[in-house]
Amino acid sequence: MINRIDQLFREKDREILSIYITAGYPELHDTGKVLKALQESGADMVEIGIPFSDPLADGPVIQRSSQLALQNGMTLDLLFNQLKEIRESVSIPLVMMGYLNPILQMGMERFLTRCRDTGIDGVIIPDLPPAEYETRYLDLFLSYGIYNSLLITPHTDDKRIARIAALSEGFLYLVAAASTTGARNSVGDQQRNYFQRLKEMNLPVPGLIGFGISNRPTFLTACEYASGAIIGSAFIEALGERNALTLEERVKSFMGEIRGNALT
Amino acid sequence: MGFEVDAGGFYGEYGGAYIPEMLYPNIRELEENYMKIVQSDSFQSKFRLLLRDYAGRPTPLFRAERLSAHFGTQIFLKREDLNHTGAHKINNTIGQILMAGQLNKKRIIAETGAGQHGVATATVCALTGMECIIYMGALDMERQAPNVKKMLMLGAEVRPVHSGNKTLKDATNEAIRDWINHPVDTHYIIGSVVGPHPYPDMVTRFQSVISEEIRIQLMEKTGRDYPDYLVACVGGGSNAAGAYYHYLENEGVKLISAEAAGLGVDSGFTAATSLLGRPGIIHGSRTLLMQDADGQIEEPYSISAGLDYPGVGPLHAWLAESGRATVFAITDDEALQAAMLCTRKEGIIPALETAHALAALEKISPGAEDVVVVNLSGRGDKDMETYIEKLEI
Ligand SMILES: Cc1ncc(COP(=O)(O)O)c(C=O)c1O
Repeated sequence: MINRIDQLFREKDREILSIYITAGYPELHDTGKVLKALQESGADMVEIGIPFSDPLADGPVIQRSSQLALQNGMTLDLLFNQLKEIRESVSIPLVMMGYLNPILQMGMERFLTRCRDTGIDGVIIPDLPPAEYETRYLDLFLSYGIYNSLLITPHTDDKRIARIAALSEGFLYLVAAASTTGARNSVGDQQRNYFQRLKEMNLPVPGLIGFGISNRPTFLTACEYASGAIIGSAFIEALGERNALTLEERVKSFMGEIRGNALT
Repeated sequence: MGFEVDAGGFYGEYGGAYIPEMLYPNIRELEENYMKIVQSDSFQSKFRLLLRDYAGRPTPLFRAERLSAHFGTQIFLKREDLNHTGAHKINNTIGQILMAGQLNKKRIIAETGAGQHGVATATVCALTGMECIIYMGALDMERQAPNVKKMLMLGAEVRPVHSGNKTLKDATNEAIRDWINHPVDTHYIIGSVVGPHPYPDMVTRFQSVISEEIRIQLMEKTGRDYPDYLVACVGGGSNAAGAYYHYLENEGVKLISAEAAGLGVDSGFTAATSLLGRPGIIHGSRTLLMQDADGQIEEPYSISAGLDYPGVGPLHAWLAESGRATVFAITDDEALQAAMLCTRKEGIIPALETAHALAALEKISPGAEDVVVVNLSGRGDKDMETYIEKLEI
């Protein structure tokens, strides 16, 4: 069976929109509901964040959502249990994103087994160094058919970019700026130069731009240079807003704004 | 058995650099340069001069007659409490501020728990005219108000950290996030032998001046350059790493590490990391770590803010696991009693962290002729409020 991530990029090569969610946020059992609502309102892929007590690479919004999710009682084990039947209703690619420690406590092989059994297509582990992935885990990932998307940043040199791209399957995560996660309102010249440089490198896997993409303008700018973009903090913020909308309506309204077909 | 860090930054299975790609250039720059810089003559001459004329080194090795009589052995105290700013922390910050200068950094960040490392960092920043930002848990800022004022007087900006539990672990997270956001102009002065490679090795080297001096001083005082027992407290483990360094390969020296048991190892309020921890990743390093079954890092507790850390440096994880060091967990009460004993027997008020090392003397049984060195990592001025309250002074 072809990996759903490959399938997606085969069918679509522009304006791919991937949304990051924190599992167990805002409420413990919202994970599945949010996934379904995202698929219905046009998300191409979802990154399911595994909450961690010490999310080093994250800004305040995702920190807070992770902390709340943990307070709600979310664990990696529970997350897999929640997702057991997710493939009956959700068909878009699903990627697990999380820090290495909770995964190691479960055990990498067991984690991959559960990913495969649940229908997870790929993972992103920001604090797993590429060299360690290559020597210790690459073969395991290949044997389970789970894709690993690695990160590059504006400060990654060309040689290293090539190496990391070669290790990445499905897509490469293009971190937009030297920063932790968090919404920004614009894309600067320096970032454009970096995106342009990447575009000219003709990397062997498609790229998705993430970190700081927050609204329709930044999404469209990212799409000029890459196959699409990933939105995290801005979506988490929209989900957590105190207003009269239901969870599903909040998802729909946010997605409408990004896709440019808002009803208002 | 080897106790030096290997090429990949590991001590046995512990260490490494588990960092997001955003930090890779920062860590890479440091890793590529630190050995060259540390070993250069110009760095060494500046470092040695500041250690002598600014920090006040060498610190004395004091034969503690009355404590020796009390325990029926020969006890020597390595007086790190006599350093400028009152603890061993300054050895590291002097080394790192010189390192930052060599790397052309303009801005210094650091984390602090009790404020000792924050003060030692703000001090060397004042000395060199560097911009200085200290991350400190909001809760710790309340608990350690005098040290906050010291840092402010020294010209540092102290940024309260409200994430997580608002203590040292969270302050460290926030300092690392700052570094991610300032990859070019900033140097992160980490406060112990923790964090991603090359920090544990670099900080160990700066602190190793302690064992270098002990060797010379013991030779003068006892005719032999090594002790039978070497005792130190371990929070992250920098004072212990420095005291152990030149003796790591000498199995004739028993290494005794004192960790904070808090209210008791099984009380749920503890920082006895080597005893309770399982291998895991914290702040970019694989080490023994207090965590729950789901891999979430647990909040430690100790009466001593400097030992209140859920991990230990990877060297110490390896020393404990390989059996090279013996680890004792010391409760709050045991530490308080040891602080009182040292004060009344020798006229030295130790830091609460150090008091844990002194309490370990009760756990070992050295012979009358044995030589025991305790690393007296810091003085107790900062802990007076706790002593007054708990010892009803
Ligand atoms: C006097 C003293 N000793 C020990 C420590 C613990 O640190 P480490 O284990 O790195 O020596 C501290 C930390 O604040 C300290 O102030």
